[in-house]
Amino acid sequence: MNKAAERLYNGIVKENPTFVLMLGMCPTLAVTTSAMNGVGMGLTTMVILAMSNMMISALRKVIPDGVRMPAYIVVVASFVTIVQFLLEGYIPALYDSLGLYIPLIVVNCIILGRAESYASKNPVIPSLFDGIGMGLGFTVGLTCIGAVRELIGSGKIFGFQIMPDSYEPVTIFILAPGAFLVLSMLVAIQNKVRINAEKKGKETKIGTGCTGSCESCGESCKGGNTK
Amino acid sequence: MNEKKMSVSTNPHVRSSMRTDKIMLLVLIALLPASVFGVWHFGLNALVIILVSVATCVLTEYLYEKLMHKKITIQDCSAAVTGLLLALNMPPSAPWWMPVIGGVFAILIVKQLFGGLGQNFMNPALAGRCFLLISFTGRMTDFTYDAFTGATPLAALKAGESVNVLDMFLGNTAGTIGETSVVAIVIGAIILIWFEVIDLRIPGTYIATFAVFVLLFGGHGLDFNYLAAQLCGGGLMLGAFFMATDYVTSPITKTGQLVYGCILGILTGIFRVFGSSAEGVSYAIIFGNLLVPLIERLTMPKAFGKEGKKA
Repeated sequence: MNKAAERLYNGIVKENPTFVLMLGMCPTLAVTTSAMNGVGMGLTTMVILAMSNMMISALRKVIPDGVRMPAYIVVVASFVTIVQFLLEGYIPALYDSLGLYIPLIVVNCIILGRAESYASKNPVIPSLFDGIGMGLGFTVGLTCIGAVRELIGSGKIFGFQIMPDSYEPVTIFILAPGAFLVLSMLVAIQNKVRINAEKKGKETKIGTGCTGSCESCGESCKGGNTK
Repeated sequence: MNEKKMSVSTNPHVRSSMRTDKIMLLVLIALLPASVFGVWHFGLNALVIILVSVATCVLTEYLYEKLMHKKITIQDCSAAVTGLLLALNMPPSAPWWMPVIGGVFAILIVKQLFGGLGQNFMNPALAGRCFLLISFTGRMTDFTYDAFTGATPLAALKAGESVNVLDMFLGNTAGTIGETSVVAIVIGAIILIWFEVIDLRIPGTYIATFAVFVLLFGGHGLDFNYLAAQLCGGGLMLGAFFMATDYVTSPITKTGQLVYGCILGILTGIFRVFGSSAEGVSYAIIFGNLLVPLIERLTMPKAFGKEGKKA
């Protein structure tokens, strides 16, 4: 079970998909107008990511190498369709606010990236936890961005009024430019913290030895081929 | 004091006395007529906005450079120019905290985070104004003064009402603090042209292209009253002479400057004639700023001896 904990830590902190790998920027920038939307999108993605990672890992010896991409997409699209119907049926409010971005999860590069670089090479249980970890990391990222944008852009967090009534909302933060501003600021803060930690000799080692997002999983590729 | 030290360097040796601080000081002086007119016309709140805006910009630059252990560059006056331009682009009824937010955004995010003076990819003052315009649309378009609630001449013009062109020329209208008086702006522009801080390439092509555009697509035909109102109204003159000519964010090649002026004129025309808002100078200039690297690339003169080669 140590492996599972390591995967969770890897997904949430070490290789956080939003702040470190910079994957899945489209939903990150588009749906984070409020903290609630961020949580919703993050958890939806997490469920799909965990399920598809598990399924692809289970099928990894069956799927021929030449058609692996279409095969992954079929798996992911099936889960997305299931989740979409579930959301529409049980949480229609969230379904409405996420709109088009739910079907777009099919082509979310975090999901295809994890399928390609982790699930297709590793057993089922670590793949499941890799999916959950990455999904939680994505949720944390989206929620942070959503919370900051909601706080500055409308004075609330999760719909609760935080700022005093005299506060004048800075509307630009819930529009598209605000997403870029907040994302870049949070990445900057995160980098600052990481660099300081590295200076102190703390072993955090994020992204060292990676040339691209596909090879981001340092441990799993050790000794094996990276492609 | 650096100039007094003996320094040895390779050529080119700069002999001109026109340094950044002198140029920026001249721009400040050239903006004085418009500022003084704005304060006289709109009252004390305009002065408060100007002072707060300049102070915010200078202080932000100082604090950022202090905290980042960089060379302090506030004595080159560029932050003060940004602050003054930002203030002149704000409505006179704005509360004091708006220039603070706009100034911090302009200096910190648009200028310093991209590397300080000379590295900013768009005009900081205009970026600050657009930031405020998008965030606080209601306050930024509220041009009430002296209990006189009126639309700006451009808005009235767009609504099909008639406007007094002489009032617009003198500046006796509603608008932002620095944009109303064409006379004051032109006095400042003459100072800048006299001292060769700016030349007429960008403002000339900008205004001419815009005039042609309005005549062709304005829907009023050869109506010179309409044309004059469009030229005198809004931020066109202030933008053309003081913000489009910003050294950092305009092309350095001569052909490029002409192309840049034309693009600004066409964009402003499109925004004013076909857009939903009556004003379009700020967005046109910001948009033009983003095209500057491309314009420079296309209009870069070929080095001697390289003409025959196909690139």
